[in-house]
Amino acid sequence: MSNTTKNKVNINVKTNGVNEKISENNAETKQNIIYNTQDLNLWYSETHALKDINLEILENEVTAIIGPSGCGKSTYLKTLNRMVELVPGVSTTGSIAYKGDNILAKSTQVEDLRTKVGMVFQKPNPFPKSIYENVAYGPKVHGIKKKAVLDEIVEKSLRGAAIWDEVKDRLNQNAYGLSGGQQQRICIARCLAIEPDVILMDEPTSALDPISTLKVEDLIKELKKNYTIIIVTHNMQQAARISDKTVFMLNGEVIEFTETDKLFSNPKDKRTEDYITGRFG
Amino acid sequence: MESMETIHENNRMQSRVRKNNIWKSIFFLSTLFGLVVLAVLIIRVVFQGAAWIDMDFITGRQSTSADRAGIMGAILGTLWVMVVVIPVTLIIGVGTAIYLELYAKGGKKGSRFSSMIETNIANLAGVPSIVYGLLGLTVFVRLVDLGNVVLAGGLTLALLVLPILIVSSQEAIRAVPGYLAEASYGMGATKWQTIRRIILPAALPSILTGAILALSRAIGETAPLTVLGIPALLIPFPEGLFDTFTAMPMQIYYWTIDSALVAEYANLAAATIIILLLILFLLNSVAVFIRNKFQQRY
Repeated sequence: MSNTTKNKVNINVKTNGVNEKISENNAETKQNIIYNTQDLNLWYSETHALKDINLEILENEVTAIIGPSGCGKSTYLKTLNRMVELVPGVSTTGSIAYKGDNILAKSTQVEDLRTKVGMVFQKPNPFPKSIYENVAYGPKVHGIKKKAVLDEIVEKSLRGAAIWDEVKDRLNQNAYGLSGGQQQRICIARCLAIEPDVILMDEPTSALDPISTLKVEDLIKELKKNYTIIIVTHNMQQAARISDKTVFMLNGEVIEFTETDKLFSNPKDKRTEDYITGRFG
Repeated sequence: MESMETIHENNRMQSRVRKNNIWKSIFFLSTLFGLVVLAVLIIRVVFQGAAWIDMDFITGRQSTSADRAGIMGAILGTLWVMVVVIPVTLIIGVGTAIYLELYAKGGKKGSRFSSMIETNIANLAGVPSIVYGLLGLTVFVRLVDLGNVVLAGGLTLALLVLPILIVSSQEAIRAVPGYLAEASYGMGATKWQTIRRIILPAALPSILTGAILALSRAIGETAPLTVLGIPALLIPFPEGLFDTFTAMPMQIYYWTIDSALVAEYANLAAATIIILLLILFLLNSVAVFIRNKFQQRY
């Protein structure tokens, strides 16, 4: 399977367009491709941060991206909702098709893209507002004003993030009063409130204690049923625990991309093996 | 064992503790110096002027006779000027800060452009106030031909204090953590929504602190007003933006100078200073009130 995946990627690169039909046919029988990255290169001014990335990410799967610090895994994640552009001096070539549309095209409306593709950050970053206002922020930004509708969204999102029971009696208290793990689940609830299809997670548990990490991981397994999740992590055990597929990146390149258990039990590339056995990184 | 002995040598320990205490005293005395000077000033002014304050003094019209002189005209003049200064400074000052911090800084060109503007603004903050008076005289009084009215005085003072507010608002905006804006953008909010809902509310308390500083400066300025030709003695009360006016610092200035001729003028000046301080205090408490109210909403 690892070979077929790789081959398919390669074919797509070489005969761009012709094979799209094939992968669409494939998709009907199996899962849909949600992100199709082709020949993606990215520079921070002079620094070549991503090199010829080709990846197909499937719908309703958890895809983990692992690799040592500075390998470009966060950069790639932030390219998927174009948050990377907040850094001045970024330029890209190649394409990323999200459900068939190239999101790197000038015509793409980033606000619309980011409504479909939510993001959870490394450090819990709730707004200095009440728990309710944090979760209602997204819907309000998108023009929902009715209190009853907002109430419903807030409850649904908090339940979805498995934190409703912990906070239902203090929705009007400042989110900063919560523990780090609770704050991160509030941030996940805030992300669910905009009803995205995809959730990007950038090392979401790296600032959390082991118990909070476990809770967030359980939540990710739960969310997988309804969302496509792409998670960057430097914790290999975490990738092994929660993901279906794993991408190993090194120096801005994708070294290996396959089913998680295969990548960890039987890595094809020497560099992957060195990394997962702890020889570097 | 040897090293233990050196560490525990008694005289060293004592000299460090003594040094520690000396520095503590120096810092305390620095604070005390400012407090004492301020207290002496206020006590002197209160002793000199408090007895002269009554309702007639506050509500009365101006007069050359010390017994009949009132400062209602000057109070109204100062308040009218503030009606111009506050909105003009806030809108232009915060607007400039937002542009420089959040829009102008994209790319190399942008950061060079904004750092050039920032240097100029910092320099403007150091320009003597009388130069602003000359600017106001040339532009507002003569060129736009407003005459020496409230609007001309207000705009001149607004220009004078703008750099203060711009610099402090920039610092306030810069202090808002980037991850808050990131979270907002990440949910599909536009730049303006992020500024209005996240960045400005978080920066508001510090912006208002800057506004208090700017306002306090504007309310006490005399030099630019003398250059604009604002009269010290004016019997009619100002009733709008296009009326001639006098202001409290003008009143204080002239009464102080003329106290060589009429001794009681010195007391009137002191009494006016007390009222000016009270008004300043009231205006600032409004800003503090708004600031605290805003912080409680979190």
